[in-house]
Amino acid sequence: MTFLQFAWSQRIEFGEKVLEHALLTGTAIAAAILVGVPVGILIARRPAWRGLALGVAGVLQTIPSVAMLALLMIPLGLGWPPAVTALVLYALLPIIVNTLAGINQVAPDILEAAEGLGFTARQRLWMVELPLASPVILAGIRTSAVIAVGIATLSALIGAGGLGEYIFRGLSTGNDRLILLGVAGASGMALALGAGIGQIERGLKRRLHL
Amino acid sequence: MIVIENASKTFDGGRTFAVDGISLTVRDGETLALLGSSGCGKTTTLKMINRLVEPTSGTILVDGRDITAGDRIALRRSIGYVFQGIGLMPHLNLARNVALPLRLRGVPPAPRRARARELLQLVDLPPDVYAGKYPAQVSGGQQQRVGVARALAGDPDYLLMDEPFGAVDALTRDRLQQELLALKARLRKTGIFVTHDIFEALTVADRIAVMHAGRIEQLGTAAEILSRPASDFVRELFGKPARQLQLFTDRTS
Ligand SMILES: Nc1ncnc2c1ncn2[C@@H]1O[C@H](COP(=O)(O)OP(=O)(O)OP(=O)(O)O)[C@@H](O)[C@H]1O
Ligand SMILES: [Mg+2]
Repeated sequence: MTFLQFAWSQRIEFGEKVLEHALLTGTAIAAAILVGVPVGILIARRPAWRGLALGVAGVLQTIPSVAMLALLMIPLGLGWPPAVTALVLYALLPIIVNTLAGINQVAPDILEAAEGLGFTARQRLWMVELPLASPVILAGIRTSAVIAVGIATLSALIGAGGLGEYIFRGLSTGNDRLILLGVAGASGMALALGAGIGQIERGLKRRLHL
Repeated sequence: MIVIENASKTFDGGRTFAVDGISLTVRDGETLALLGSSGCGKTTTLKMINRLVEPTSGTILVDGRDITAGDRIALRRSIGYVFQGIGLMPHLNLARNVALPLRLRGVPPAPRRARARELLQLVDLPPDVYAGKYPAQVSGGQQQRVGVARALAGDPDYLLMDEPFGAVDALTRDRLQQELLALKARLRKTGIFVTHDIFEALTVADRIAVMHAGRIEQLGTAAEILSRPASDFVRELFGKPARQLQLFTDRTS
């Protein structure tokens, strides 16, 4: 049986694992956007808080993934809660950094014109800064998403499912093909996600005439 | 009426005086040209009037009210401003850029669009061609004209224009200056027109304020300034183009 034949024979379960994996990372990225973008906006407004926010998000990224899961298991137990939380914590930094960078790169003469025309701070944010920052923010989301898909394979260790299950099952039974299936699935998903979001970024830039 | 009383602005903790104790009055319906060379404080003066820059000292009255008394957003919306750096929104087409002041006020989209088209036409950008274009798709001079149209959109009583025709070619500039004069006669806007071009100042303004190193050297009508320059600087400033013109006339006749 070739690897492809093997993969075909696994298609039903593989589909389920892909779905689990996508749901896990999707939830985490959505949560990371909901937290990261407002934090990025906040520290763009208040430079004094920049060091703290970037420091915390930066330190979180340096914690090894297995250690992070172990730490989160203490309060959160097994399964989805610690798995999603870990992914959110890893995904925060690129989203915060890019939101800050995206807002800061808006040209000063545009901001001055907005201010001079009588935009309120809120109008300036929604009508000028966020639209012009959106491709950069999306690039941060893309980075986070690609990282999260990879790290999510470890979620299988704490019973949260996903493509990692193939890898760990393969490791414990000495089945190389299972490992390969898990790795191919996760890599393929990361590549596809990266390319897909990249495509949206380009479309957005075109629409915004940037 | 715009009244500036002894206003100063320093940067770098008081070491540089961008504006050094200026006083002037722009009467209702009058266009005052602020004429001076680069770095003399023209832009800083304009920005103080709509509170983009807060003066270090002095008082500014618009419509008889101290501008620091009210809300700065409302003040800015009541003044049309043409920025030296233009500052169009790159993600909005020209019609939407022009309509921004109306959008801020909550004017509905249909009348907003109609007004934007009218104004694009006024600054010689036929809306059928230009309404849907984006700032990056038109020239610097065309962008500047959009900036002028945007300043007029909210039909403000006051207009502050910072070198509005700086990047426009001589012919178009001439036509726009004439448009501005006609507009002025029709709408009686009260405004300040910043320029470093003497001929432009002579064309568009009722009175001219000559600025130099943060101060106003002389304020008066063109005739007053030409016949009785108040300082060597003013004499030199107006003398040179006059001499050049004389030289040119001598040579060609
Ligand atoms: N934000 C600032 N910080 C420090 N110095 C400033 C600032 N803005 C203006 N200046 C200085 O104040 C002086 C006046 O500047 P301003 O922009 O008002 O000149 P201007 O007459 O408009 O010149 P130009 O014709 O080149 O536009 C200049 O010397 C400038 O360097
Ligand atoms: Mg200037």
